[in-house]
Amino acid sequence: MIPNYTHQGNQSFKDKFFSFDFTLVFAILFLGIISIFAMYSTEQGNFGYYTKSHLYRFCIFFMTFLIISFFSIKFWFNSAYLYYVIVLILLLTVYYFGVTASGSKRWINLFFINLQPSELMKVSLILFLAKYYYKIPSDNVTSIRHIFVPFFALIIPFLLVVSQPDLGTATLILAGGITAIWMAGLRMKFFMYSFILFICLAPLGISYLKPYQKSRILTFLNPERDPLGAGYQIIQSKIAVGSGGIFGKGYLQGSQSYLDYLPEKHTDFIFTLFAEEFGLIGSLGLLSIYVLIIYRIIRIGKIVQNNFARLYCFSFATAFFIYVAVNMMMVLGLLPIVGAPLPIMSYGGSAMLSMMLGLGIVMSCKVHDQERL
Amino acid sequence: MIRFSDSFQNKAAIISRRMFLLSTLKIAVFIGIISRLFYLQISENIKYRSLSDKNRLREWKIAPQRGIIEDYFGNKMAKNKKVFELHMIPEDVSNLENLFFRLARIINFNENDKKNILRKLKKRKPWEPIIISDNLSWRDFSRLNLYLHEIQGIKPVVALAREYAEGGSSSHIIGYVSEISVKDLKSNKLLRDINIPGLKTGKSGLEKIFNNSMIGKPGLQRFEVNAYGKRIKELKFINGVAGKNFKTTLDQEVQEFTSKAMEEKSGSVCVMDIYTGDIVAMVSNPTFDPNKFVHGISSKDWNALLEHKRKPLINKSVSGLYPPGSTIKPIVALSALENDVISSKLVVRCTGSIELYGQKYHCWKKKGHGYMTLRNAIKQSCDTYFYEVSRRLGIDRLSVTAKQFGLGKKVFDFLGEEKPGVVPNTKWKLKNIGKNWYLGETLISGIGQGYFQSTPLQLCLMMAQLANGGYEIKPRIIDDKYALQPIINAWRKEFSIKNNNLEMPNKDLKKLYKNKENIKFVLEALYGATNEPQGTSYRSRLAGEEYMYAGKTGTSQVRSISAEQRELEIKNRDLPYEQRDHALFTAFAPYKKPRYAISVIIEHGGAGSSGAAPIAKKVIKKVLDRHKERKKYQLDLFSEA
Repeated sequence: MIPNYTHQGNQSFKDKFFSFDFTLVFAILFLGIISIFAMYSTEQGNFGYYTKSHLYRFCIFFMTFLIISFFSIKFWFNSAYLYYVIVLILLLTVYYFGVTASGSKRWINLFFINLQPSELMKVSLILFLAKYYYKIPSDNVTSIRHIFVPFFALIIPFLLVVSQPDLGTATLILAGGITAIWMAGLRMKFFMYSFILFICLAPLGISYLKPYQKSRILTFLNPERDPLGAGYQIIQSKIAVGSGGIFGKGYLQGSQSYLDYLPEKHTDFIFTLFAEEFGLIGSLGLLSIYVLIIYRIIRIGKIVQNNFARLYCFSFATAFFIYVAVNMMMVLGLLPIVGAPLPIMSYGGSAMLSMMLGLGIVMSCKVHDQERL
Repeated sequence: MIRFSDSFQNKAAIISRRMFLLSTLKIAVFIGIISRLFYLQISENIKYRSLSDKNRLREWKIAPQRGIIEDYFGNKMAKNKKVFELHMIPEDVSNLENLFFRLARIINFNENDKKNILRKLKKRKPWEPIIISDNLSWRDFSRLNLYLHEIQGIKPVVALAREYAEGGSSSHIIGYVSEISVKDLKSNKLLRDINIPGLKTGKSGLEKIFNNSMIGKPGLQRFEVNAYGKRIKELKFINGVAGKNFKTTLDQEVQEFTSKAMEEKSGSVCVMDIYTGDIVAMVSNPTFDPNKFVHGISSKDWNALLEHKRKPLINKSVSGLYPPGSTIKPIVALSALENDVISSKLVVRCTGSIELYGQKYHCWKKKGHGYMTLRNAIKQSCDTYFYEVSRRLGIDRLSVTAKQFGLGKKVFDFLGEEKPGVVPNTKWKLKNIGKNWYLGETLISGIGQGYFQSTPLQLCLMMAQLANGGYEIKPRIIDDKYALQPIINAWRKEFSIKNNNLEMPNKDLKKLYKNKENIKFVLEALYGATNEPQGTSYRSRLAGEEYMYAGKTGTSQVRSISAEQRELEIKNRDLPYEQRDHALFTAFAPYKKPRYAISVIIEHGGAGSSGAAPIAKKVIKKVLDRHKERKKYQLDLFSEA
């Protein structure tokens, strides 16, 4: 079945390879290499566990990304619902049989890897919505009948992830989904109504928040509230970024991370470490790579010949942008600490797998841009 | 198909339009992130860099070695010894109560110590050590090391602490160090700047006066520490500079000897080099053990010192005020001779008392001395004679001479506790008491009673300035070679003038007399007082030319004697202690080649001849014996003398 998809149409393997967006490929590769060096720095210049596994994962998932690119866009179109259902089942599995670590149940033990389905949901939801809206005519997008399916497709995984509890990932899934729905053409008024509803329900929602989540929000509003407790992360993160200056403290010289002042430096705060060691120049450089990646994805979305691919590329680009922006704003003290990894840079297998899958599908759109569904 | 195509185009248009809107939003957000980066990394860079350094760097000051105090021969009067301390690092302690409980079972640690530590804990940074004990016994120290691996947050440390020569003979001069108090911090900027836990500060004596130069400069260790306070690496190490050492002019051996000679008695002994002004000994009794203060004196010991009747904390040599009594007679005689009021041949008949201005004035010898000349009057200390002399001299002229010779003003300018004493005159009385001077007061001033108040050191200086031929000297207690040189030169010049019988003024020395013969006369009379039968201190004389000395006794009353008491002839020893006379003695030695002056005051010691002179005799012998040693350190300054 798979060979059918890879060899459909007139394109040979060689044709497909040369129609790759190499700028995007190299941007991703370059980002991956940077992330490995950053990981090496978090371990104080030891080629330790984190660096090793990050390196292996990147190699494997980068290969996965390339392989996925050869799969026809039709394959992704056809398997979009299936993929969504599989991930949803995995999420339910987590709900009932998940592995608990540091107070939350997010993972499934697959023996060789601890999989975090909520990360995979980020991409599968966008894929699902892209297919759904491709199928219905644009006039029907706003009809009530056609709102129910996207709404439940969005809200079920969201609630499952919130219950883990993992408000950060849930919010990112929601944000990605809403972007896709909006992009498909849903009227502005629905978003207005939802927003008003959200505001009204917010006080109720806050009462359901866990104490640590409440304290995070309060801490965001005033980090000095509890400098050694909840405010510690954000204060130390700002110190690290700020002390980097223009040129940074130099590679492996970041005292904040080296001396363990920086929390979660492998995952959410990897950008902080990077900004401390490479300064403003480095931070802007890294930001440019992300901007380049997002720009290339949008560009692919513009040249593709079907609305499924277009909607997917645009939505994924926006979601990708949200992940990057939320992470950076979080570590720079512009948003509360919610636990959002920086795509590709942060340590974490499922997140990287999810991003590589998403990018692979984007590349598949590019390679098969002339195909119609 | 057309409819489908329309729909396709329509949908594509919507998607693209909304994408465009989103892209604008994205650009705005990225601009926001970039400006935030600029703000943090450029505008606020300095602030965050210093915060990062504050995180990363920790400094520990290393207590400097306190300067030591030596005597003239290099014997250490105050030195530093190794002690075992126990420090606590608050941030390493997981459970305070637990730690205290364990400590109490290993070392001497009570509820009071606990309270002290809890109080300090609030003021210190969590990585700054708190001293739990600054003087562990070896037994406790070794026990502690045995259990160390089980107790978190404590650290045994070998440190330096002050140790003073045993016996406390010099406690009043050297002083002592103790823990820094809030008051010390307020008054001393240096202590505020240094701020090292456990640092001691000088509280009295030389330790206090030279405290700031003796402390030294603290060293510094700067470490890079991680978030858990663990030291990662040493970045900087600055060696401290040990405090300045001080060498005194004192002779520790004489100090100890004198202290022993005064055992059980209360008073003071001062010995001075009559040329250089070097204080060879200055002992105040009773004394205290300064070592008790170093690690904090117990309140019981402290109260005992405070409430002691004989005031061991007071340095009687400079703060004790006594009427000089008959020891002032050489000055009265000199003043009268210098002012040409009397001639040394004046004869006065002593009948035991004299009636003047309607008041009866008694001589100490009830039967009277009979016909007295000035020399005999000094030798036998005839009061009647000196009533007559002072009557003719007048208080104002007497006070001028007394002040010239060092009475009535502070001897040192740096000893805070020193008292100036009183040399009365008519002006003084009017100013301080508000009454006119009575002539009768002149008479009793002539025998050193009345308003006269002097410190033992002043009397010693007075005698030294007489003995050296009547020249002003500046007493020294800190041996300073550079300051000494001009003094030596001046005296060398003086000796060569004398030995060659030249008639020329010596501008380097300030002379206190008009006629040299008058000084010679007084000194010769003092010789009689000690070395001739009937002399007041004849019984305490020393035989042999190298020991032979000359001195004047004094007995100063602390109460007025009623006529009734005089009739009863109550012996001093029968009186209650507080009412007994003070015994005084001043002398210089050796007589032939004078070198040292001494003053002895024994509080309530009875007559000067029996209470003070015997002690002086012992001390003089000792000082002269020690002169051979002292000479070696002076390269024989005055072979000419």
